[in-house]
Formats: sequence, C-alpha cells, structure tokens
Amino acid sequence: MISKFQIAYKSLLRKKVRTLLTVVGITLSSLVLVSLFGFNQGYEKALNHDIDNMGYQIMVMAKGCPYEAATLMLQGGKGLRYMDPGMVRDIAKRPEVQATTPILMQAFFDPNKGESGGIAGYFGVDPSSYPAMKPFLRFRKGSWFVSDTAREVVMGYEAAELEQREVGDMTMVPEKNVPLKVVGILERTGTQDDGTIFVPLKTLQQIAGTDKITTIGIKAKKDADLVRLENELYQLPDVQVVSFSQVKQTIMKLIGTARVMVLSIALIAVFIAMVGVANTVLMSVYERKQEIGILKTMGAMPHDIFVLVWTETLMLCAGGSVVGIMAAMLCNGITDLFIRRLLPYAPSGGLVAIDFRLALYTLGIILVVGLLSGLYPAWQAGRMRPLESIRSE
Amino acid sequence: MADTDITLDARGLSRAYRRGSEEILALDGVTLSIKRGEFVSFMGPSGSGKTTLVNLLGCLDNPSAGELHLAGKKIFGEGKRLSERELTVVRREVFGYIFQNFYLVPSLTVRENVAVPLAFYRKPGAEAEVDRLLKLLGIEHRANHLPREISGGEMQRVAIARALVNRPEILLADEPTGNLDSRRSTEIGEVLQELNRSSGLTIVMVTHDPGLAKLGGRHIEMRDGRAYEG
Repeated sequence: MISKFQIAYKSLLRKKVRTLLTVVGITLSSLVLVSLFGFNQGYEKALNHDIDNMGYQIMVMAKGCPYEAATLMLQGGKGLRYMDPGMVRDIAKRPEVQATTPILMQAFFDPNKGESGGIAGYFGVDPSSYPAMKPFLRFRKGSWFVSDTAREVVMGYEAAELEQREVGDMTMVPEKNVPLKVVGILERTGTQDDGTIFVPLKTLQQIAGTDKITTIGIKAKKDADLVRLENELYQLPDVQVVSFSQVKQTIMKLIGTARVMVLSIALIAVFIAMVGVANTVLMSVYERKQEIGILKTMGAMPHDIFVLVWTETLMLCAGGSVVGIMAAMLCNGITDLFIRRLLPYAPSGGLVAIDFRLALYTLGIILVVGLLSGLYPAWQAGRMRPLESIRSE
Repeated sequence: MADTDITLDARGLSRAYRRGSEEILALDGVTLSIKRGEFVSFMGPSGSGKTTLVNLLGCLDNPSAGELHLAGKKIFGEGKRLSERELTVVRREVFGYIFQNFYLVPSLTVRENVAVPLAFYRKPGAEAEVDRLLKLLGIEHRANHLPREISGGEMQRVAIARALVNRPEILLADEPTGNLDSRRSTEIGEVLQELNRSSGLTIVMVTHDPGLAKLGGRHIEMRDGRAYEG
C-alpha cells in the first residue's frame, strides 16, 4: 500500500530539476549556518586552548611591554624595558599565586633572514620553573637544558623546521655570534610555542649583557580570586599586568562584531532559501490543483492535504540540511583556511568546531524555519474545495 | 449507513451561479430519486445542467435551493448544510468518482494510483481490493507502469479501480469516455455495465454518447437545467 510519505516523495520527484535547485539552496544555507555556528564555538575553544597552553594566566611585564613586539621589530630590541628579577620572589609570596616563572624576551638582528635581514627572537626561560608550568610540552627529540647556564636551545616544532635543525646541531645567535647547541625539539602543540626558540634564562641574559627580565608568568592557585590578584599586581610600580582572561574578552569583543555580521548574512541566506522552499511548494500545489481536488473527492480531509504538502516541505528541508551539514563537516578544513585568511588574528587549532550537538541544532533550525515556510502552501492546499480544484484547468 | 437504504433523493434542487451582475440558473428545481443498484445516465446538450446535477448528487457542490437526501438522511436542505469536512466524510463513505480527464497521479504507478485513496481513508479489508480490481478491470499486467506508459482506455480503467477501491455504494461518472475513441468508449461502457450487473453498484453517469447512455437502465434527458425522464 502507498503512504502519504511516499505520495509526497514521488510528487517531489516529478519536477526533478526544480526540487534539486531548491535542495541545493537549502544545502548551501545549511552549510553556511552550521559553519558559522561551528566558528562561533570553535574560535572561543581555540582561543581558550591557546590561553590554557600558555601555562600561566597572568603576565607581568615592564610598562611599555605590551608594545614590545613593535619595539622589537623597529629597534632590534634596544628599546626594551626590563624588570628586576627580584620581583619574581615578591609576587611568588602572594597567597593566590601557585607558581611564577621569569622570562626574558630578546631579539637580535639577523642579516641573513629574508631579503634584507630580519629579527630573530629568543625566549629565555628558567629551566627550574618554566617546564613545570608547562608539563604538557612533549619532546619530539631530546629534552630540556642540562643546566641554567648551558649554551643550549630547545626549538619549537615549526622553528626547527624553518631553521632545518636537528638535535645535536649548532645554531648561531645572530648579531652576537654565540653558538648554541640544539638539545631538544618540541612536538607540535598548535600554539605559539611551535615557533619559539627557548634558551636558558641565564645564558640569554649573559648573551644580551643584562641581568634583568622582561616578563613574569604567574600561575594562580585553583579557586584563587584572579580579579583580586590582578588588582594587587596593578599596585606594583612600573609594571603592566596582562590577564589572559582580559585578553580573551578583548579578542572575543573584537571578533563578536564580525560574528554578528556574518551570522546575519547566514540568516539572510537561510531566509532566501526558505522563500525558495515556499515558492517551490506553492508552485507545486498550484500545478497539482486538480490532483488535490481528486484526492479530496476520494476522502482526503483538509488536514490530510495539509500534512501531505507539509511532508514535501519537510523532505526538501531535511534532505538539503543533512547534505549541507555533512558537507560542512567534510569541508571543515577549507572553511578554516578561508576564515583564517579573513581574520586579523586567529588562534591556533581548529577554528570551526562542528559537533553532533551543533549539527542537530542546525538541522532543528532549518526544519523549524522550513516548516514555517511550508505553512502557507500547505494551508492553501488544505482549504481547496474539490470541485473548484478539479475545474481549474 | 445501511446498504439497503442507499438512495439519492433530490427535491427541487437548484443551483445558480453569479457571473458579474448576472445570475445564471444552471439547475432549475430538479426532483428525482435514484434507487440502489440503478444505472442512471444523464444526457443533454452542453450547459443543460447535467454535470451540475451530478456534482450536487455526489456532494461535491452545495445547492442554492432544494433538498438532497442520502439513504433517508438529509444532506442539504432548509436549515441544513454540511461543512466541507462533513461532506468529505459522506463522499468517502458513499461515493466513487470518475472524470473525463482521469486525473491519475503521474508520478505513481498504476497499482499506487489505485491504492491512493487508502492513504487517506480505508474501509476494513479495502487493501485486498487493489489486486482484485486490477484483475477485474484487466489492468493487472500494467500494475507497475506509470500512467504515461498506458493507453487512455487503460487510464480510465485505473481511474475506475481507484474510485471503487474503498467499495463505494454509488459511482459517479462525469463523461467517462469523453477523451476516448469509440472502441475504448465501448469497452469502458461495458465495464461499467458489468460492474452494475455483477455487484449491484449504483452508477450515475453523465455522457454525450447516446450509445453509452443506452447501457444504463434509466435515461434522463437534461434541458435548460431541468430533468426529463427518457
């Protein structure tokens, strides 16, 4: 026996091209919508991942240091401000603080880098506190430095690839011409660590001719009042406090505007697709007026016809959105690349995270909106009077 | 509705249409009764009101005046007018319809077309009727064909099977051979006659074909919206 579902399905197959075009419209709008939902979710996740992988939640640096990157680029490190390492001990005493690590960021001009030279950055870290703060760092080869004064480097995955260095190779600090031995290469982390060259803090201080530091990384205790800690740190003279939760909030605010705009475009795309659905179903209803009339003479109630037409709408929307969501999942990498090229700042890791829950959520939205768009054609079909429909040639 | 009571009883049925400011009286106070098992054919020139009358008898339209009783139950009349939903209930219980243009669903096979009414309403045991009717009407071998793959005569046979699948008491046929050549017309006429004879199906038919009209045991001539027993 034939069911209403089969009748609806076969009705859609009658105009294959029209049905296909409508489904393509829904597919595209579902793809855009689920990708953007995925971006909304993935971007924050990736940012959190990046921040968590810093190992510390707060950085204290000498005033002016937020502009350090620009300073490094423009003046080859000569304009940097430094802090007294004794400050590390003061901060470590605070009850909210679990651990601290001193860091010295240094940049040297490398005439062999690029076409007209470039800056080579080094990250001086304390071997006794820095690795403990980042226990998740894994070595592809080698290990951390043998001592805090060793003439050694540990290279991030990408830094080693770029410099084409292996464990045991020597590398030269440009400008200072100090040879350092590569003792470890990290596994890929998907964070900024991948591009970093780590040197023991004291070694870098010696090379740079300073006993100061530029930054203190602070890991707070679990359940510590971070806001209170930040406020206390602000009281310290000549330092700048960078809280990663604030950084995250600032980035999310910046990205929020773009997200609202893109989401609006996606919703417009969904709206256009649904107008297409309504148009397709309405045309199909008008073309089948006589057929609907006959179904009514055969005993179909208004609600039967309503359900029949609504089922067609449901099939179009379900088919289109399932294909669209699957395509979005499959093309995740391409979407990621595309968004990355558009954004001024993108955290490492996947930017578009589409999971099963999100896929179901998008499917739900498309079905609800689709069913709403099918209401009018279904209602029109349901209220047709049999004789008038049959006569409507 | 008890089978033995099925009778169509029209009393002073009129139907007027409005075209702009002009009112056209398509049916002018027709009174007639149709008993169970009768094969009644209506003939007459175009615009004589025969299709209008059959549509009213088949509860497809509302009269402007007059009464219609079905098995003693008033369907239309003074102070009585059924809603579209109530009319649908009457239609699916009592009537089967065939039309000049067959109106088969082009995307469904012959078997599916015959079974379509069952998707909306199913009398007990009606499923078995599909195969029985396909066989009875000689279209069993076309069961899996689409309407575009069969002849006009076969299409009308499919339409007849579809009309009968829920075992109606009365079959209303509006120009059932209007789109067929004479040979196919005769075949369809014979099919209807056989259905009437073998199963006692009441048939009310509108036709322009005098040969087909003669097949019915009772002949009614329509002129200017009035009915004259032939």
